[in-house]
Amino acid sequence: MARRKISTIGSTADIAFLLLCYFLMTTTMGDQSGLQRRLPPIPDSDQVQDQKVNRRNIIIVRINSADKLFAGSEPMDILYLKDKIKEFLTNPANDPNLPEKEAKEIEGKTYMVSKGVISLQNDRGTSYQAYLQVQNELVKAVNELRDDFSRANFGGRKFSKLTEAEQDIVKKAVPQNISEAEPKDTGKK
Amino acid sequence: MSKFGSSSNKKEVPEASSNSLSDIVFMLLFFFMVTTQMRETEQKVKVTMPVASEVAKLERKDLSANILIGSPTLQYQAMYGTDARIQLNDSFKTVADIRDFIAAERDAMSEAERSLMTVNLKVDQDVRMGIVSDVKQELRRCSALKIMYSARKPAKD
Repeated sequence: MARRKISTIGSTADIAFLLLCYFLMTTTMGDQSGLQRRLPPIPDSDQVQDQKVNRRNIIIVRINSADKLFAGSEPMDILYLKDKIKEFLTNPANDPNLPEKEAKEIEGKTYMVSKGVISLQNDRGTSYQAYLQVQNELVKAVNELRDDFSRANFGGRKFSKLTEAEQDIVKKAVPQNISEAEPKDTGKK
Repeated sequence: MSKFGSSSNKKEVPEASSNSLSDIVFMLLFFFMVTTQMRETEQKVKVTMPVASEVAKLERKDLSANILIGSPTLQYQAMYGTDARIQLNDSFKTVADIRDFIAAERDAMSEAERSLMTVNLKVDQDVRMGIVSDVKQELRRCSALKIMYSARKPAKD
């Protein structure tokens, strides 16, 4: 009797081991994460002329084929890009060379929303790593601005601690306007 | 104690109970079932993802289509060279095949979920942007506009 009992338990362990091995072989660890983006739709051929954006409302961030970064027109180290973008988007001193702000009503309250657009341009020879690092800095700048905004308007809470409805308000008040320009036809095949 | 006193089996060591073994194995099993995911297709290109601190997790993994770009792994280099190639599903493809791939991925999803499809671009960090731009332009033409640049979280914190 006792012998039989032990043998059945032993087989459960064997079956469980088999299952365990199966899962070890067929599955992978690690989740998928990354920077999520929306591509602009292809413009219709009859309205190719894109809408005029005021000169002061646009900052051109360029990465050339040697992975050198240019923001506006001057060369820049990637370390300073985030602060430059934050200054560009907030325009604290109401500089006439930095983007205009527009009073927008969102969910019953009025906020000053920047009209700034970041235009990201790259060369065909830019390395993907450099490109993604710049993308990351841009997202980081916007995320920090959103954090600042939610701290100021929603009782000192960070953006990630807000409810979904509040997050939507913040997203509208601090939009992530990153335009990935059409690739430059320098050396296009 | 009394066990040692019994005369019938003085030298015999009682067998260790294996009752808990199955419990332990089951616990391991559940751990792996919960923390892992099914492996997708075999990778034929080498992809070392770049590091980015602001990554967000992909919520619906089942609604994503994967496009891998990188240089072929050693065993395929004889046939395909070391230039960056696009891998869709299980084979090397060109930019022109992306349209069919996206259409097939869309067909596999239900009507309501098609608009939520995310194209997951898994690109090696050493790849040049030229091929990535081509892929992006093709995706725009297929109006698969939601994309994600796959990246790793930095090791610290």
